[in-house]
Amino acid sequence: MSPREEVLARIRAALADGGEPARPASAGTGPAPDGPDAGNGTGFRTEGDREPGQLLDLLVERLTDYRALVRRTSPAELAATVNSALAERGARRMVVPPGLDPSVLPEGIEIVTDDGLSAPDLDAFDGVITGAAVAVAETGTIVLDGSPDQGRRAITLVPDYHLCIVRAAQVVEIVPEAVARLAAQADRPLTWISGPSATSDIELKRVEGVHGPRTLEVILVGP
Amino acid sequence: MTTYLGMPTAPPGVGHLRGSEPFPVAARRALADTQLRANLAMATKTIRAKRAAVVAELGDWEELRAAGQAAKTGAMRHLDRYLEQLETRVQAHGGTVHWARDAVEANQIVASLVQATGSREVVKVKSMVTDEIGLNEALAAAGITAHETDLAELIVQLGHDRPSHILVPAIHLNRAEIREIFLREMADVDPALTDQPAALAEAARLYLRSRFLSARVGISGANFAIAETGTICVVESEGNGRMCLTLPDTLITVMGLEKVLPSWADLAVFMQLLPRSSTGERMNPYTSMWTGVTPGDGPQQFHLVLVDNGRTAALADQTGRQVLHCIRCSACLNVCPVYERVGGHAYGSVYPGPIGAVLSPQLTGVEENPTLPYASSLCGACYDVCPVKIDIPSVLVHLRARHVDEARRNHRLPGSEAIAMSAASWVMAGHGRFAAAQRAARLGRPLGRRRGRISQLPPPLAAWTRARDLPVPPAQTFRQWWRDEHGKPS
Repeated sequence: MSPREEVLARIRAALADGGEPARPASAGTGPAPDGPDAGNGTGFRTEGDREPGQLLDLLVERLTDYRALVRRTSPAELAATVNSALAERGARRMVVPPGLDPSVLPEGIEIVTDDGLSAPDLDAFDGVITGAAVAVAETGTIVLDGSPDQGRRAITLVPDYHLCIVRAAQVVEIVPEAVARLAAQADRPLTWISGPSATSDIELKRVEGVHGPRTLEVILVGP
Repeated sequence: MTTYLGMPTAPPGVGHLRGSEPFPVAARRALADTQLRANLAMATKTIRAKRAAVVAELGDWEELRAAGQAAKTGAMRHLDRYLEQLETRVQAHGGTVHWARDAVEANQIVASLVQATGSREVVKVKSMVTDEIGLNEALAAAGITAHETDLAELIVQLGHDRPSHILVPAIHLNRAEIREIFLREMADVDPALTDQPAALAEAARLYLRSRFLSARVGISGANFAIAETGTICVVESEGNGRMCLTLPDTLITVMGLEKVLPSWADLAVFMQLLPRSSTGERMNPYTSMWTGVTPGDGPQQFHLVLVDNGRTAALADQTGRQVLHCIRCSACLNVCPVYERVGGHAYGSVYPGPIGAVLSPQLTGVEENPTLPYASSLCGACYDVCPVKIDIPSVLVHLRARHVDEARRNHRLPGSEAIAMSAASWVMAGHGRFAAAQRAARLGRPLGRRRGRISQLPPPLAAWTRARDLPVPPAQTFRQWWRDEHGKPS
């Protein structure tokens, strides 16, 4: 018997009693399983209840709480906001994914479009500018899904500064909403980012900035 | 029900599921280490407060726990089907799936995959299962150097130490001790390195940076694997995980069979339960999800190694199988009064604390870890915080019974506990004998004159007080009090 067949046979033998009975679908206090959130028999929240304006305020608060830098702007002011963020950072040479809208990029700094740059090459940039797929307000999370305006995973990992443009329509309130939105992209590489890289491995004291970008800056583009 | 009999367990001589000494012996030494106790008390107090704060933010926490429990129950109930589905999806996206019956087989598979790349080095993401199976030692024997990249795992590896916590493997060390390890073991470290956590983290960044950028093979574990989509999920904080999962040409992910979840939608539950329970954050800094191979992005060779190593033996135990629901958050360690005092090393396994006391003996067979089910006061705090509602106290009691049953079945001589229980049974069965025994117990009162407790009984009763104090017997038994108050029954 191959290892595969043997492991599967062991599992079937172990479950010869039928396994643990399924949990009652109504274990929680929420709606019945045939209600709006079918498959969620325990009644955890699947949708937030905040107004759109409150939602963006919450995202800003939670991003800031985890030491991300945040700027709010309008579509018309986006390019100027990107420009001032890079100027304040002192960034002179940035990498961008191939699908990022060039109209948001400022003049006067070197912009290199990623075409499969090596890790050492990426290490030499001052930072990276990308879009995002989804943002979760409650947890201060940004999700990248490898779309053309977000690029390969390596470009948002190796440079020490990540400037991420999030649009209001991409913001959801809670995690289940983000998971539902991402279902169609489940086979793409996804990166969930909540603040800059951090560790709590020494006496459980949180230290921001380890191996991933040590600075995460979010530009939130309002309606 | 004894279907677990005969199901192969994790083999001895490989990996880290068995201690070299029984828990009471190891615990006694740990308790004498005042520095260790101070480090642990500080760290567990901090993390308990963080967890409690972020759990309290969610009004539907109990509903999420119930949903997590239901999803894991469903996954285990049809484990064969979900693993086959996972395999099919991973293969459809260009990955290769390997099955390993035990630690030895898993180590062989990984070593030969690394050798096939021609690389002599790998970078590793923190992973419990690779520690469980002793992968680093097996790779070293095959001439391959494994670099741990999680800060705490790096500290443990450089210190030639053992992990002592699921989430924070170096929880037993304080900043001064970590600084000493770095100064001793990192070749190019700045001799002026301070013991500030930020400075130590920076030293680790510099030490690992060139290794990440030149790594050709990465090895990871998995927090979740989604059968429906073939997606693997790794949850981390530092970015070392992203480095290992993204930059190498070849990625080898080793996961226990029980990590599979049925559907994508299950992530809605677990991406809330895990970060809040483990690091006490609303969300951990980085989570990577990938499905097989993505052309032009990340490793172009992906191998998934599914490991049994005693898990099917646990699955066969009707009471014990729920421990396979564990998502390795370590919340139960942080609330456990026993763990807080003795630390992780005393458990002798990579899985310490309450969950380790119910998981390790099931993976190895109870007779090979017989003291762990007793490493608990059964206070139940672990059950209360468990994000998937594993009833750890009930499993502890069940495993104690299994231990007694298996010892009896092996025709061993009855232990002192069995003899004592038989004697107690005879005494309590007779009215006169019981009353006489109670009167006799009063003779023990002088033993506890000073503190109101008896810390050491004379032999052969000394075994009982080796790990416990005994309350001093009352001056008067209830029967005597009743007779004095109400006179002799007519």
